Amino acid sequence: MALETIDRAAKHLVSTVQDFTLFAMRALLNLFSRPIYWSDLVLQADIIGVGSATIVVFAGFFTGGVLAVQSAATLASFGATAVTGRFVAMSMIRELGAVLTGIMVSGRNASSMASELGSMVVTEQIDAMRALGVDPMRKLVTPRLYATVVMLFFLTIVSDFCGILGGAAVTVFMSHQNGTQYFSQAYEYLRFPDILQGMVKPLFFGLIISTIGCFYGMRTTGGTQGVGQSTIKAVVASSVLIIFVDLLISTVMVSIFSR
Amino acid sequence: MNEAPAAARPGDAAAAQAVVDFRGVTVGFDGPPVLDGISFTVGPRETRILLGPAGVGKSVLLKATNGLVRPDSGELLLFGEDISRMREHDLFPLRLRTGMVFQEGALFDSLMVRDNVAYQLIQERVPDEEIDSRVREALHFVGLDETFSLFPGSLSGGMRRRVAIARALIRQPELLLYDSPTGGLDPVTSTTIIELIVKQRDFYRTPSIMVTHRLQDAFLMCTHRFDNEAGGMVRLPEGEVDPNTTFLMLNEGKMIFDGSLHDLVHSEDPFVREFLE
Repeated sequence: MALETIDRAAKHLVSTVQDFTLFAMRALLNLFSRPIYWSDLVLQADIIGVGSATIVVFAGFFTGGVLAVQSAATLASFGATAVTGRFVAMSMIRELGAVLTGIMVSGRNASSMASELGSMVVTEQIDAMRALGVDPMRKLVTPRLYATVVMLFFLTIVSDFCGILGGAAVTVFMSHQNGTQYFSQAYEYLRFPDILQGMVKPLFFGLIISTIGCFYGMRTTGGTQGVGQSTIKAVVASSVLIIFVDLLISTVMVSIFSR
Repeated sequence: MNEAPAAARPGDAAAAQAVVDFRGVTVGFDGPPVLDGISFTVGPRETRILLGPAGVGKSVLLKATNGLVRPDSGELLLFGEDISRMREHDLFPLRLRTGMVFQEGALFDSLMVRDNVAYQLIQERVPDEEIDSRVREALHFVGLDETFSLFPGSLSGGMRRRVAIARALIRQPELLLYDSPTGGLDPVTSTTIIELIVKQRDFYRTPSIMVTHRLQDAFLMCTHRFDNEAGGMVRLPEGEVDPNTTFLMLNEGKMIFDGSLHDLVHSEDPFVREFLE
């Protein structure tokens, strides 16, 4: 009995992964054949990118501030408070900017994609779209995927910038250190691999957020309760996957660049 | 008449000319088949009313007709092309030739009535002036001229169905599929919707399949015609029925009846008798 349950669960998992892979591949490849819904892509970029800008700015700023507060206390015991800028900039650009932005955008947009598409599924709007001769994958999923990938990249840059500013605010106004020293430390020790690591991650995170959000939305069953379930699954799965993929990318990058 | 093969049905055009041709179609999801070896045809100008209790697979059959649900076995011909194993991409041109009215209307909530009705035309990049005029014409047909700039959220259930009918008609499709267009509506609104369907049937003579579990709607369609001068439905003379409106009945996944109104009311099948009574 227990074996049967494990067997069924394993088959279900493999089948879901297979469906997800095919779904993501289709959504990605749709951009290379007609029709392409450019206006929907721009609309989604506005909703996802501009709509998430405020939370990303605040989250980035306060995270940078927290990093400065925590690091200043620790670094002071070594007499190394001068390197606070370096610590904040490295942490934000290599790691926290991308991950925090990914998780914030996932909470906001993976949930919105899953619930919006899920509602369309349960009210037969997706079937209606197909019956009207329009492919919902091209019209709804592909624009969300590319809009998320592109906008998350820029949102991560904004987050990094705000994080460094937040760290500077704490360093200058609370720790009473020199601002010029903070910024020169933050800038001088940055190297190409650090920037590359920070810029590659949002591309993968954007892919995860949009494909997971749309995948669970399009597979919604069971009415309004099903929409709620899809939304929860989308946020949980995308957040966990972001952290897991972050670990993978960091491991690969560190092993390649030894930094 | 029970289990009558479609080709043998009196008054039917040759099966070769059928707009829709189900040949032993079986559809299942997880569990026993929802549709089991279904065979019937819809000829040119023919209106088939699909009866059956709730949850018997009527909507699944309708969705299979234009490829929204894929059969597990059997052949399903739409406009003479076998769509049972056709790729989704190749189905879109065929779907453009059909109009479908969903159970609850399935209007796009974020779009105005104008954009809902014109959805296909907008995708085809038809000029705005032409879109506006065709949308107004379609809305006039369903008697909802004033809803042009409204959002679906501000419409009543009956109005939403009528907008859905306008959306299905705007490209003058070659086949119409109505999925319980009067389900959950009050009797007056239901009659308004049936009047529209009869008007469409008698005006454009488009072949159609209408799913319903309301016998009164089905009989109303058979016994009435649209009178353009009177601007409404009028009853056909006593004993006359519309010859192109015929019936199908589903039960437990099988097609248990295929025939005319006369055959239906004189059927000896126990389930049909029970359903009618």
